[in-house]
Amino acid sequence: MAVCVAVIAKENYPLYIRSVPTENELKFHYMVHTSLDVVDEKISAMGKALVDQRELYLGLLYPTEDYKVYGYVTNSKVKFVMVVDSSNTALRDNEIRSMFRKLHNSYTDVMCNPFYNPGDRIQSRAFDSMVTSMMIQVC
Amino acid sequence: MEGLTLSDAEQKYYSDLFSYCDIESTKKVAANGRVLELFRAAQLPSDVVLQIMELCGATRLGYFGRSQFYIALKLVAVAQSGFPLRVESINTVKDLPLPRFVASKNEQESRHAASYSSDSENQGSYSGVIPPPPGRGQVKKGSVSHDTVQSRTSTDQQEPASPVVSPQQSPPTSPHTWRKHNRHPSGGNGERPLAGPGPFWSPFGDAQSGSAAGDAMWSGHSPPPPQENWVSFADTPPTSTLLTMHPASVQDQTTVRTVASATTANEIRRQSSSYDDPWKITDEQRQYYVNQFKTIQPDLNGFIPGSAAKEFFTKSKLPILELSHIWELSDFDKDGALTLDEFCAAFHLVVARKNGYDLPEKLPESLMPKLIDLEDSADVGDQTGEVGYSGSPAEAPPSKSPSMPSLNQTWPEMNQSSEQWETFSERSSSSQTLTQFDSNIAPADPDTAIVHPVPIRMTPSKIHMQEMELKRTGSDHTNPTSPLLVKTSDLSEENKINSSVKFASGNTVDGYSSSDSFTSDPEQIGNNVTRQRSHSGTSPDNTAPPPPPPRPQPSHSRSSSLDMNRTFTVTTDLYIHTGQQQAGVVAHPPAVPPRPQPSQAPGPTVHRPVDADGMITHTSTSPQQIPEQPNFADFSQFEVFAASNVNEEQDDEAEKHPEVLPVEKASDPASSLRVAKTDSKIEEKTAASAPANVGKGTTPLAPPPKPVRRRLKSEDELRPEVDEHTQKTGVLAGVLASQPSIPRSVGKDKKAIQASIRRNKETNTVLARLNSELQQQLKDVLEERISLEVQLEQLRPFSHL
Repeated sequence: MAVCVAVIAKENYPLYIRSVPTENELKFHYMVHTSLDVVDEKISAMGKALVDQRELYLGLLYPTEDYKVYGYVTNSKVKFVMVVDSSNTALRDNEIRSMFRKLHNSYTDVMCNPFYNPGDRIQSRAFDSMVTSMMIQVC
Repeated sequence: MEGLTLSDAEQKYYSDLFSYCDIESTKKVAANGRVLELFRAAQLPSDVVLQIMELCGATRLGYFGRSQFYIALKLVAVAQSGFPLRVESINTVKDLPLPRFVASKNEQESRHAASYSSDSENQGSYSGVIPPPPGRGQVKKGSVSHDTVQSRTSTDQQEPASPVVSPQQSPPTSPHTWRKHNRHPSGGNGERPLAGPGPFWSPFGDAQSGSAAGDAMWSGHSPPPPQENWVSFADTPPTSTLLTMHPASVQDQTTVRTVASATTANEIRRQSSSYDDPWKITDEQRQYYVNQFKTIQPDLNGFIPGSAAKEFFTKSKLPILELSHIWELSDFDKDGALTLDEFCAAFHLVVARKNGYDLPEKLPESLMPKLIDLEDSADVGDQTGEVGYSGSPAEAPPSKSPSMPSLNQTWPEMNQSSEQWETFSERSSSSQTLTQFDSNIAPADPDTAIVHPVPIRMTPSKIHMQEMELKRTGSDHTNPTSPLLVKTSDLSEENKINSSVKFASGNTVDGYSSSDSFTSDPEQIGNNVTRQRSHSGTSPDNTAPPPPPPRPQPSHSRSSSLDMNRTFTVTTDLYIHTGQQQAGVVAHPPAVPPRPQPSQAPGPTVHRPVDADGMITHTSTSPQQIPEQPNFADFSQFEVFAASNVNEEQDDEAEKHPEVLPVEKASDPASSLRVAKTDSKIEEKTAASAPANVGKGTTPLAPPPKPVRRRLKSEDELRPEVDEHTQKTGVLAGVLASQPSIPRSVGKDKKAIQASIRRNKETNTVLARLNSELQQQLKDVLEERISLEVQLEQLRPFSHL
């Protein structure tokens, strides 16, 4: 049910970004980019604690009038950012968490591929299909 | 528009269709023309079509937006299923099969309807698969395959049951799939090679060989621009050439698919199984792959690590992206390594790709590693085909370096064998697919097996308990010593202070439940000795479970575990100060309560034999130190012991022990401990220990006081002293090195000390008991006396008489 899904590398460049409404993609790109600041802020906030104690799921990063942005960060500082439609009120936190979990699993599968060089853009079809399944159902 | 909920399959299917209709690539509007054609292909009465259009709002809007289109499609499905066309029916009708756009075969539609519902998912996923999958293999000899396929298509399918999906446009990511397929348009749609899609279908538990064939055929369509095919879709009859199949394939696919599914899934399966599976590996190929596998990994049951596989497949000069995709497909268990099966599948895909076949979206059935033997004979047959690749490409010697040339050589051979592939019937994927999914479950990859954590006993081991019991019972000193001895030996092996300390010490501590912790204390106190002891104690457990909580020892006045704990804490602190080298030492926070061995305190002056007596004497000599023992006892004891031991055994040894201990042990906890202890024992005159640490060659007794005093100064001084010690130890190390028994002796010291402690305690107990008894006797006697006196008084008058 996401409108846009992005995978950001540790150095804050995108490894994968995809939005459903193919038009106006730039807007989503910008939203994701701005959300990175919030992600960093959240990471540093609990930076005092050990990394283990840090939750991977960051939760709602910031809401706009149309969209809500959720964040998730892995232990290797790879960030997943998801933009969902605000009108999708049915989306519960657990669902977002499960979506991030799926993302994370798919991401690790991509990583396991020896032909994938960390830092490259993610071009895995399996990953694509998984993201597609998560994207908002057009209607 | 009413809210429309689409399943994944539907979503994909619809989006594909939309893409198909979206000739203007506006992504928003479906060309009316196309849409109408599509609807016409749905074989619905025109009025129904009109109704649909009206319902979806297209007529209102004048064009087909995406949502309208989707709703229309859904309505088509509704209509085809026979449900009344209602706006509500869009969402109310459950399990609506995907709308079928077929040029003909109305009768099959009904059947398909049912199957569609079940297959919808497959279709959906299939549509995602659009890229010509298995068709690849079939492409080679399209005609051949077609023929075979045709036979397979069995019943009515005449149309290639390629997934309804709007193939061409859908997978933008796999443009290469549309690469020229040499597929020859099969004669009839029915001939569409099912084999191709077969493998794909199977994974979807789809028994529609027909559709698979259609797919294959579909993929077989080579270059003809999809659009063209699509355009003709309404027109091209199923029997049209493959080229035009695409459009027709859409229809055909649906129909074929439905037919296949509808009619007799089993039949189809069986037939498909007999079909030529383009992805099936022939024996020759299999053998070749196995040989190649061996070059990388001699053990056929082993794994090829990802890096090696990457190297190997990179030689095939395929683009990294494709190799990446091949890996994704073939690494079934996602473990980053390839088993033999996975490797064969990957190799097969590479070969196929090299020959021009497009990569499938999903791993073909035949290439899936058989993790669970569930398929029917047909599948097995197919699978076994991979075995025994005789006459494998002789020109392809299994060697990595020349692999490339050899691979290239094999390509043509592969091509030749492609025929075989095509002749293979499509696997009875359906049956397999259902089961295949099961195989997806946890591939039994031993390498990927979860490493079971070594169970660590968290409770005292039996042995340990026994030891503790022995000690508790106050058996002889030997008991404690024996474990101690054992421990020391173990200690010398490892320095698992934490665990060992906990346990081993138990031995030394009498009846200390907390002996575990106690042992830790004495170990710390006893420097390496103690540590060793604890280690040895725990050696039986090795992993030494955490020691049980210290038990209160009210009976033991002196060496109470609590005291020991205190002592250890002190020692630890001191140790830390002295730049502890071992974290383990720190880990003994609760520390064994300092053993009140005041007797040992005065050690320096007394040459204490390593026995209880000595200890006792020591205690007697320095009673005043007893109260201070809690914090110092351990140190003094051990140090004294060390000193005494040294005296007893070897002057140098004893001293060296402490020094050696630090030397021996990576960390110099012993010495530092000793140093720390000495510090803590400021009040005590554990000179004996000090000298031992100092390693002065002089009589251990004499020097001890001095170093102790020195240490009393400050902890800081400890460091230099430690350094001194270390230096001395270094000097003595050489000598000590020649003394293998040093650790043991040190351990013995500890043991001796502990033994003496135990003995003292026993003595205490005995004396106490004796005391009580005597007291009792005294009371009795007094009573008697009183009674006698009374009697006397009573009798006195008589006496006077």
